[in-house]
Amino acid sequence: MEGEERLGDLRATLIQKRHGLARGWYKFSRNRLSVLGLIVLLIITMAAILAPYITPYPGHAKAYTNFQDAGKPPSLEHFFGTDRVGRDIFSRVIFGYRFSLTIGIVVLALGVAPGVILGLVTGYHQGTWIETVGMRITDIFLAVPPLVLALAITAMLTPNLMNQMMAIALVWWPWYSRLVFALASSLRNEYFVREAELTGASTLHIMFKEILPNCLAPVLTKMTLDMGIVILLGATLSFIGLGVQPPKPGLGTMVAEGAKRLPGEWWGTIFPALAIVVVILAFNLVGDGLRDVFAVEEV
Amino acid sequence: MLVFIGKRLFQSLFVLFGLSILIFFIARVMPGDPARAALGHLATPEQVERMREEMHLNDPFPVQYYYWLRNLLHGDLGRSSYTRRPVTTDLAQYIPATFELILFATLISAIVGQLTGVLAGFFRNSWFDGASRLVSYLGIATPSFVVAILLLFIFSQVLKLAPGVGRLPLLMMPPPRITGFMTIDGLLAGRPDVTLTALKHMALPAISLAVIHIAQEGRITRTSIVENMQKDYITVHKVHGIRTSKLLFKYLLKPSIIPTVTVMGLDFAFLMSNAFLVEMVYMWPGFSRYAVTAMLNKDLNAIVAVVLVIGLTFALVNLLVDIIIMGLDPTVRLRRGGG
Repeated sequence: MEGEERLGDLRATLIQKRHGLARGWYKFSRNRLSVLGLIVLLIITMAAILAPYITPYPGHAKAYTNFQDAGKPPSLEHFFGTDRVGRDIFSRVIFGYRFSLTIGIVVLALGVAPGVILGLVTGYHQGTWIETVGMRITDIFLAVPPLVLALAITAMLTPNLMNQMMAIALVWWPWYSRLVFALASSLRNEYFVREAELTGASTLHIMFKEILPNCLAPVLTKMTLDMGIVILLGATLSFIGLGVQPPKPGLGTMVAEGAKRLPGEWWGTIFPALAIVVVILAFNLVGDGLRDVFAVEEV
Repeated sequence: MLVFIGKRLFQSLFVLFGLSILIFFIARVMPGDPARAALGHLATPEQVERMREEMHLNDPFPVQYYYWLRNLLHGDLGRSSYTRRPVTTDLAQYIPATFELILFATLISAIVGQLTGVLAGFFRNSWFDGASRLVSYLGIATPSFVVAILLLFIFSQVLKLAPGVGRLPLLMMPPPRITGFMTIDGLLAGRPDVTLTALKHMALPAISLAVIHIAQEGRITRTSIVENMQKDYITVHKVHGIRTSKLLFKYLLKPSIIPTVTVMGLDFAFLMSNAFLVEMVYMWPGFSRYAVTAMLNKDLNAIVAVVLVIGLTFALVNLLVDIIIMGLDPTVRLRRGGG
């Protein structure tokens, strides 16, 4: 009897959950641009994962020269033309997406957790010395634009993909501690938190089981929007020469290399540049859609 | 009011102090020997050791920081290992060019951004609103180096409507340096042709910098215009038959401008970092290009100085923005003045 009852409960929650998802999807799909963004993102992600199998010239993503085909304009053979040493730009752009997506995912994976935890701790201990210390440290990291600090840090290290990601993560967490601080410091006065305090729940329980779940929607939305910004930052670092190094096909690196040959071989710059714009735009559109679904305004 | 400004000044000082520790720490824990970097690879080990002693590199970190801070307060930021000149001399030479560009870009983005925002908000859901929405989406998603390259490619290289890179053509004699602002120096030297040419050269890089901020400020202004339009006092004015243009620019713009001014303060700092890219593309002999060169050459003293200068500018601009907002918004004035 008891088992059946529990099963029934479980089914009820599952149905409710599915309902939530369906309602979320309904809200999301009302915004056609967000759906378009999602489709573009799925295509880009699949293409990036399957790059070695689907690109016409997978060998061209590395150091490769074939001067016979150098500097050819776009054609059916080379959709985006070839660069100055004869590499297929279309293949390189698809491989470039691998770096971009990696940067976005790794930076957020490294940066969000510490930011969220600091925000939770300072927000819950609002008005005490913990808040003062935590938020002043955050302020220091926000005292210069993230691009400048990330550039300075990568410049002092050896420029490569790993260091680039570490540098961006190091300047990215403060935005999350700010956001979660704002959320947590208002949630801490809600009745359910007060109640948990009165029943003697531990601080850890209150922070992670009571407050954190209520911060997830804004954090998720911000993460989606930030994917675009972090990819932009990564491309920027590569463009300056402090990120993915040639002959690896970083999108920003390719724009910088191609720009030397403007205006003649315009395709070497324009296509990688458009590729950057498309992926950032797609993330922004999806992020906007999520913002509507979760009805969050703080981000 | 004064109490508030004093408090803010103190906060800024604290943050700058923290920033200096942060960046100094990063510069010192990085692999590589600053003494070796300062002397070049031909120096003997004895010379390097003497240099390490001189630069206090053998002392513990807090002692090193103390010496560094003492020098900083005496206006000495060390010597650039790339240009071989004092960093302060370099900064003085390159900062005006960047500030001229950024001020010009701020002006463009403020005017165009406000105007599109006001019009898009007032004529909500019209074709203009739709078009400005589309452009702002694109503007936010396009890195400034892409904008810079595209504009240079289209307007300078293909259409030949604008001059190419640099502040002046190669053959044009620059006016004697007084302010460092090419447009003002041209006027001071009695050569308006120089000012005009300098403005033409500045147009493309300034627009490249402004695009993303036009997009953002336009959206924010639109939102606040839409909000304010629903308020009672606007309805009253409408009923009283006040002209649309007066309604728009006298009664709607002022309250709607406040969020935009806040954003503009933040924007100024972001303009400084985006200038890193635009100056690279347009070979603009400014502070940001100096910064990029320093970074690519691992010029530690210069990198630290660059970060501090940007942090200082950021702090000052934010303070200024707060003061402007107090002037614009009586409620803020009362709240902060009282508290």
